[in-house]
Amino acid sequence: MHVPDGFFNAVTSISAGVVAAAGVAVCLRGARRELDDRTAPMAGLVAAFIFAVQMLNFPVAAGTSGHLMGGALAAILVGPYTGVLCMAVVLLVQSVFFADGGLTALGVNITIMGIVTVLAGWGVFRLVTRVAGGKVAVAAFLAALVSVPAAALVFTLLFWIGGTAPIEVGTVAAAMGGVHLLIGVGEGLITAVTVGAVLAVRPDLVYGARGLTRPLLLRDAEGTTTTTTATAGTTATAGTTATTDTTATAGAAASAIEGAGKPVGGRGPLRPFLLGGAGVTLVLAGLVSFVASSSPDGLEAVAENEGFIDRATGHLFGEWALADYGEVGGIPVGVAGIIGVGLVLLVAGAVAHAARSRDTSRDTSRDTSRDTSRDTSRDATLDQPRDQVRDDTQGRAHGETRA
Amino acid sequence: MGAGHHHQLHLPGDSVVHRLPPQCKLLAVFAFALVVVATPRERLWAFACYALLLAGVAAAARVPPGRLLRRMVIEVPFVLFAVFIPIVGLGERISVLGLSLSLPGLWAAWNILAKATLGVAASVLLTATTEPRAILLGAQRLRLPSLLVQIAMFMLRYLDVIVGEMRRMRVARESRGFEARDLRHAPVLARSAGALFIRSYERGERVHLAMLSRGYTGRMPVVDDLAASARQWGLALALPALALAVWGLTW
Amino acid sequence: MNSLEVRRLAYAYPDGTQALFGVDLSIRRGERVALLGPNGAGKTTLVLHLNGILTAGHGTVTVAGTPVRKDTLKEVRQRVGLVFQDPDDQLFMPTVRDDVAFGPANAGLRGAELDRVVEDALARVGMLELADRPPHHLSFGQRRRVAVATVLAMAPEILVLDEPSSNLDPAARRELAEILRSLDVTVLMVTHDLPYALELCERALILSGGVIAADGPTRKLLADADLLARHRLELPYGFAIPDA
Repeated sequence: MHVPDGFFNAVTSISAGVVAAAGVAVCLRGARRELDDRTAPMAGLVAAFIFAVQMLNFPVAAGTSGHLMGGALAAILVGPYTGVLCMAVVLLVQSVFFADGGLTALGVNITIMGIVTVLAGWGVFRLVTRVAGGKVAVAAFLAALVSVPAAALVFTLLFWIGGTAPIEVGTVAAAMGGVHLLIGVGEGLITAVTVGAVLAVRPDLVYGARGLTRPLLLRDAEGTTTTTTATAGTTATAGTTATTDTTATAGAAASAIEGAGKPVGGRGPLRPFLLGGAGVTLVLAGLVSFVASSSPDGLEAVAENEGFIDRATGHLFGEWALADYGEVGGIPVGVAGIIGVGLVLLVAGAVAHAARSRDTSRDTSRDTSRDTSRDTSRDATLDQPRDQVRDDTQGRAHGETRA
Repeated sequence: MGAGHHHQLHLPGDSVVHRLPPQCKLLAVFAFALVVVATPRERLWAFACYALLLAGVAAAARVPPGRLLRRMVIEVPFVLFAVFIPIVGLGERISVLGLSLSLPGLWAAWNILAKATLGVAASVLLTATTEPRAILLGAQRLRLPSLLVQIAMFMLRYLDVIVGEMRRMRVARESRGFEARDLRHAPVLARSAGALFIRSYERGERVHLAMLSRGYTGRMPVVDDLAASARQWGLALALPALALAVWGLTW
Repeated sequence: MNSLEVRRLAYAYPDGTQALFGVDLSIRRGERVALLGPNGAGKTTLVLHLNGILTAGHGTVTVAGTPVRKDTLKEVRQRVGLVFQDPDDQLFMPTVRDDVAFGPANAGLRGAELDRVVEDALARVGMLELADRPPHHLSFGQRRRVAVATVLAMAPEILVLDEPSSNLDPAARRELAEILRSLDVTVLMVTHDLPYALELCERALILSGGVIAADGPTRKLLADADLLARHRLELPYGFAIPDA
């Protein structure tokens, strides 16, 4: 979704640039509060992480795949200010160093993919953690799910205001929103499990989770121990601030530690996520498409006045009963949206199922793939060589439990 | 669209363009892109002249055309989008090879294609003739917030390291028979992403420690402050100035 | 005066895991000392206290007579040169030259004096020709040598190396040993490469379970098979302590 030069007119490009600059300026101040003098290296490394994660292509349905945007993920892992900053730097580097996204469209890109995804994601995350009482993974899923179509809709809105091509805002909004809702399910799933995986291993790294301190023990050479009253923390992690609902996240962190032994995600959590995702998708499709085309469409009105509205209907979905999302067939807009997403899901599901059935060694391959997935995950999260500091603490922890 | 970036962007050389101070080149490319975007799409001649200007810069910088074209592949997804516009566009329609196309849609597609191509070509020329480090120094010189420049510097420095770590994790997955086929395999990818985040974050912490051990106090020491002469500014800004002249002449 | 004094040092991580349980040690100026211990003994944690990156939960660390406190951090970090295990953590600047200049520049050096210090440090590790390369284009052994140079450029009182021989091929390992022997500074070398410790350090400490479990001549400690076995240390297969 990296917008190149020439997509938006000069006024829109410059306005978006001002919005982006203001947003980044606010986040520079905010990130300093979140990370103090660690801002540069931490945000830099997280930005490199997001850049790398954007290379992770996940299959959406048979044949198509999307890649992570990462705005919601960044917001949840490192906080909204640092999140926006990381996204902005990723986009800046992609634009200047890789010619991915136009220089004059930098403002638009930062606004849409940096600020909107992070704000939408973080807003939903906060809302859900407060209302649902600390289900961090669910909140992460919904946050990411919403952030993607939100970005798509803002893109559409901007394009309608200052784009260089004539479009029907309702049609494009519904098309963009629908497709990106599907991508959003993938984004949500990956975000939720990623956050879950981090929570299980290093709960202190998830923004808002707070470490617990215990009194220190002094041990003599003979092995006798005495307790001290420790007050000092570390300079390395002292900057961690907690702004989320602390009781909620602390509870989640604790439960995540308990569950660290067994694989996070796996079979169990996947089904509710998919079902929940489908549900939310349907609800959003209804709402979004209703909002998107309930306002009178300026271009449509112009077209009608000029007398060539009949030609305009010759496009893409023109002959369909649901064309114009319900206005033609007399079906309410929201219902049309829901039916549309449902159809897309059905078709995608059927195609995916058919593609899999052709695989003759299906059952065995499925079983082994499930096993390897579990192995890989354990390898990826727990057995990874952790050099330096954590190496020591891990070893320590294992030694303690064995003793 | 983050995939497929290769990192050998810089093409070492010693041409006039290579020697220009980075801040001049950055500003020139940005101004050029602005002029291009502000040009009305009906002025076909202007776009041809812009392309000639860029070709002149490429020749002066001795950047081979083949390389330039290969780097411009990044544009492809938007070419597809541009092709789509005339088909779904509104307004007066004409028939081309049996396809009913929207006339305003065709203009819009041309507009996006021409401007995006020129913008991408200018950016590619910038990165081909300027070291990444120099671009960042130039950005700092142009008063971009220093913290932002620092973050970008760390990102570029550790991009290869982190992408390398991700590649090793993928090899580890695939060597044990894992292949992402549908959405049910997403959790595996996600847990890899989680592990990658922890590695990235912990490396960030270690880098911070390494910086602290060498006296870092939150601000980068500014060692080399490169100044540009009026002549260099003039040379670099000739590109957008010429583009602006073309813009005026084709009025 | 001792280069380094550590008294009753204890520390726990914020997640509650305690790593150090009262460490005592002192190192005289000019000594080369090996700090041995199995994985998870708390070696790296101890090292991070030496220049105040971690703050002691209990006890004190003194570097060349200066106690490590919040107000002395700048001075202490100038005096303790820490070489990290992974050179990628240490080399964060776009080029080798920038990286070596980072420390002295933070100390306020500029211009010709800065260049002289940088080039001197690079020459001491034999990396002067590669000064303008980005670090990620160097081999692992080269990166480790540059990492040593980044610290040497700060003219430290004591050089602290974390696993200096890890991931090096035999030639790079020998070259690094020659460089370290040629330096005239106090060295604390954290390692579980016992032959390397024997080759470079006359004295060794064993850190185990978060306390110093043994302190003496390296040769004597390594000859005590029971002691080594108690602390999960092992000499490589076929290796015997040569007679003095």
